Amino acid sequence: MTDVSNRDRPDPDALLRQVTADEAAARRGKLKIFFGASPGVGKTYAMLAAAGQARAQGVDVVVGLVETHGRQETEALLAGLELLPRKPVEHRGRALTEFDLDAALARRPALLLVDELAHTNAPGCRHPKRWQDVEELLAAGIDVWTTLNVQHLESLNDVVGGITGVRVWETVADRVFDAADEVALVDLTPDDLLSRLKEGKVYLPEQAERAAEHFFRRGNLIALRELALRRTAERVDAQMQGARLAEPGSRVWATTESLLVCLGPSDTDGKLVRTAARLARRLDARWHVVYVETARLKQLTEARRLAILNALKVAQDMGAETAVLTASDVVDATLGYARERNLSKIMIGREGQPQRSWPGQFWRGRFMRRLGAQAPDIDLIAVARGKDSRHQRWRRRKQATSFMSPAAQPVWPRYLGAALSCVGIAVLTMPLLNRLDLANIVMLFLLGVVLVAFRWGRGPAVLAAILSVAVFDFFFVPPRLTFAVRDAEYLLTFAVMLIVGLITGHLTALLRYQVQVARAGEGRARGLGELAKALSSALIEAQVVEISDRFVQGIFRGKAAMLLPDAADRLQELVEHDTVPAYDLAVAQWCHDQNQPAGAGTDTLPASAQFYLPLKAPMRVRGVLVIEPDNPRLLLIPEQRRLLDTFAALVAIALERIHFVAVAQDTLIRMESERLRSSLLAALSHDLRTPLTALVGLADTLSMQLAGAQASEREAATAIRDQALRTSRLVDNLLEMARLQSGTVKPRQDWLALEEIVGGAIKALEPSLSRHPLQTDLPADLPLVRGDAVMLERVLVNLFDNAIKYTPSGTALGITARAQGDALEVAVWDEGPGLPLGQEQLIFERFTRGRRESIVPGLGLGLAICQAIVDAHGGRIRVENSPGGGARFVFTLPLAPPPVVPDEERGPTPPGAQPSTATR
Amino acid sequence: MIVEDDPVIRQFVRRALEGAGLRVSEAATLARGLIEAGTRKPDLVILDLGLPDGDGLDFITALRVWSPVPVIVLSARVEETDKVAALDIGADDYLTKPFGVAELLARVRVALRRSRTGEGGEPVLYLGDVTVDLAQRRITREGQDIHLTQTEYRLLSVLLGHPGKVLTQRHLLREVWGPAAAEHSHYLRIYMARLRHKLEADPARPRYLLTETGIGYRYAPV
Repeated sequence: MTDVSNRDRPDPDALLRQVTADEAAARRGKLKIFFGASPGVGKTYAMLAAAGQARAQGVDVVVGLVETHGRQETEALLAGLELLPRKPVEHRGRALTEFDLDAALARRPALLLVDELAHTNAPGCRHPKRWQDVEELLAAGIDVWTTLNVQHLESLNDVVGGITGVRVWETVADRVFDAADEVALVDLTPDDLLSRLKEGKVYLPEQAERAAEHFFRRGNLIALRELALRRTAERVDAQMQGARLAEPGSRVWATTESLLVCLGPSDTDGKLVRTAARLARRLDARWHVVYVETARLKQLTEARRLAILNALKVAQDMGAETAVLTASDVVDATLGYARERNLSKIMIGREGQPQRSWPGQFWRGRFMRRLGAQAPDIDLIAVARGKDSRHQRWRRRKQATSFMSPAAQPVWPRYLGAALSCVGIAVLTMPLLNRLDLANIVMLFLLGVVLVAFRWGRGPAVLAAILSVAVFDFFFVPPRLTFAVRDAEYLLTFAVMLIVGLITGHLTALLRYQVQVARAGEGRARGLGELAKALSSALIEAQVVEISDRFVQGIFRGKAAMLLPDAADRLQELVEHDTVPAYDLAVAQWCHDQNQPAGAGTDTLPASAQFYLPLKAPMRVRGVLVIEPDNPRLLLIPEQRRLLDTFAALVAIALERIHFVAVAQDTLIRMESERLRSSLLAALSHDLRTPLTALVGLADTLSMQLAGAQASEREAATAIRDQALRTSRLVDNLLEMARLQSGTVKPRQDWLALEEIVGGAIKALEPSLSRHPLQTDLPADLPLVRGDAVMLERVLVNLFDNAIKYTPSGTALGITARAQGDALEVAVWDEGPGLPLGQEQLIFERFTRGRRESIVPGLGLGLAICQAIVDAHGGRIRVENSPGGGARFVFTLPLAPPPVVPDEERGPTPPGAQPSTATR
Repeated sequence: MIVEDDPVIRQFVRRALEGAGLRVSEAATLARGLIEAGTRKPDLVILDLGLPDGDGLDFITALRVWSPVPVIVLSARVEETDKVAALDIGADDYLTKPFGVAELLARVRVALRRSRTGEGGEPVLYLGDVTVDLAQRRITREGQDIHLTQTEYRLLSVLLGHPGKVLTQRHLLREVWGPAAAEHSHYLRIYMARLRHKLEADPARPRYLLTETGIGYRYAPV
């Protein structure tokens, strides 16, 4: 049955993904992970044992880095394996040793062992994480074996933390694990592990010893073992799915589920993302993560924004597509995104405990209700958000302070200003106490609060509101100069004053912030607009460099430089200058080759003071921008990064445009010179031939008139004629070579009969050929070939001419042809002296002739032309000495399927016969 | 009449033709050539395609409006497409520079004879030992019948009908296979090969059914 319903058919996208994944895998090195449930199960031991076997089989195994923790059994396995020396790194006065990535890349073994995939490198290494080192090794085509514990897997991290109460912070993105070519589970029963632990065979880091008691409990170990087994099983399952996809005729196809995760302002710990990742994997679903940023959300503290953006990055690492949407309405933006991409499920976080802050609860609840109301067709999944552990909160605070403290301006002057303004109002109004009503004095204080809020923001405004109430009470409300209040009615005044002060202060501060945001946005937009305008009028690279330097310096107030690649894709050094940052060319080159940003604020060399941004244009990377901002914090702000990305794209497009303008100009010049060349050739051809024609004609006339004269005079006239004809042939050859050389001459593709071409060539050489006996051996059933009749005739003329020139008069010449496979093989042979040995191919080089200082005329062009013509027809030409003596030039022409010829009635054609079939 | 810009070529052509007993007039430009052709009514025109003051093709087109006089075209080799175009619009023959006097005279003689007798005048032709009787549609070699298919016969009769004249591939295809076949040059190759194998003594070195490489075919009468 051929009718296959749509549902049963393999998803072409999935197959394509499979194919491209296979292709990428063929180039990359293979990754094998020795996977265990907990420390001490013997992963390193198993890896080394396997490596020893591989080595015995002749594989080039090198140990990049293995932690034996002083265990003798493991160390014994290391004997006989080549070890890479470690790289010393100095960090905060401590000498550390790290895996030496560059040494490994330079050594290029077939197989490299790198222990502990989840390791975090010391600052100053190229990548912050070891798995990134491994990625680079794999990309360089080196096979890598490594080890990993289940608790280090990003998506299981918090599950393990929940089970054992020990949280590790060194994690590996799941996609690394899933992309591994092989995962070998190293399994040990909990009882065995515990007994090994008792024997002291399990290495425990000092700081973990206290936690270890907690960790190595039988219940924990069983749970961990289950997790490890299940995760491995999931991987095997995914492989089976993959195999099934590749196999035709299978009937089970995963439905294309898709999931949209919507991060809210409280999703800072990444739990929602990890839960979604687990769900997506089980469903085998595509998943997207978005964060909708409204004007209100832009006011979140920077630390929180960074945490949310970090969660997005984690999601991206786990295989999600991520986006930050800027919109005024979260629901509309989320639904729009989901509809556009046909995502059927939306997942959001929900508080795991009763909400204390009503705005948050309000936001969530309303969000859910509105989503449900506007999109009844979409499934909503609400995930409980875990409560912050103390550690996390501490981390978050630490992050927040570390981001805020070094650069933020000191805030105390603002508060001082707020306090002073209250005092000032008090001092100014004091003398007016008798003339003004107390209600108006309250108004003056409120005005003060509003102004403070507008000038210094929310915090000072709150202080001003409270201070105002206090000062008002103390100085103005009778009994004065005490906080006591005679009339209880004033308490209401205070309360209203405080509330009004706080609210107006808050609103004003909000307004101020929004004005700032809008102004900053407008400033950026204007800056980009001006940049785009300036770039669009740039005509040379130097202008682009200058414009962009100015722009970057205007925004980041630091040093900036642009590194451009040369023709060989190597970035070129810049002249040292005050405004040029101290860049590292190797890092810049890496950034260019990998098309990834590097340096401060990225995963690659984050400790560096410079930021390297590839200038990616639609066709390719056009250079690298190096920025050394005075304030590195600026690079961490997402808006600035986005601005920088947009900027880089603009610059890259400008560079590409300039490049293509140059290419177009080159082409134009080449076309022009080509035109000039061909018109020159035509003129030359005409001008050279005219006198030759006259010469030949006059020589003929002369010899006719000398009919009665002496033989020697007639011979002279004939010689003139022959020389003129020879010169003409030389001119033909020179012009032909020039035409072929220009590369613009395409042979015609007519159907040709070789017999006719041979006939034409023989006719052209008639007088000189008459001195040689000629044999033509052409089978009657030779197939037609496609080609250019004039050109091929020239090949034969040149080959015959060559034979005539280099053999004594009377030597037999001949031509044979036969169809051989999908080519027609033509041979021109002579029975002359043959070729000097070793000259067989050299003879086709332009201007090479068989013998030096030969008396035979000709420039040696003929054979070079033959070769050029045969090449242009897709054939080959060679020369050999035939066994019977003499040279034999053989060339082939490709045979195409023969053309269709209408079949014709066969038979005799008697006089007046009618066609036997009516053609109608 | 000669239309040629180079005086030396003009001179030797004139001398050669006069040596053969013909009266010759000259023109150095196309414009002059057209006037001369109109006033002197020559029996034959020898025309250089590479004239400085215009396109030789225009000359042929203009001439053909009122005169069937034979035209022999002189051209350099790179002007291959011009040659074909010239033959297609009515030129009778061509000579590639440089050419010999003997060749020139032979072509002139054939062209003059054709224009005097009218096209395809002879009912019986002899190709070596082969006799072609066009009136009876009968082809014999030493009394033995040679069988030709309809198409082969049609092709042969078109060729023989224009003795000495170069017939372009396009022209032959149109005449024999009809206008739709103008691009099917392989028909021609195959049928010409069959004709040669049936009629010529050595098909690789034909004497009567000649190939003009890249241009077309010609029947060369003895």
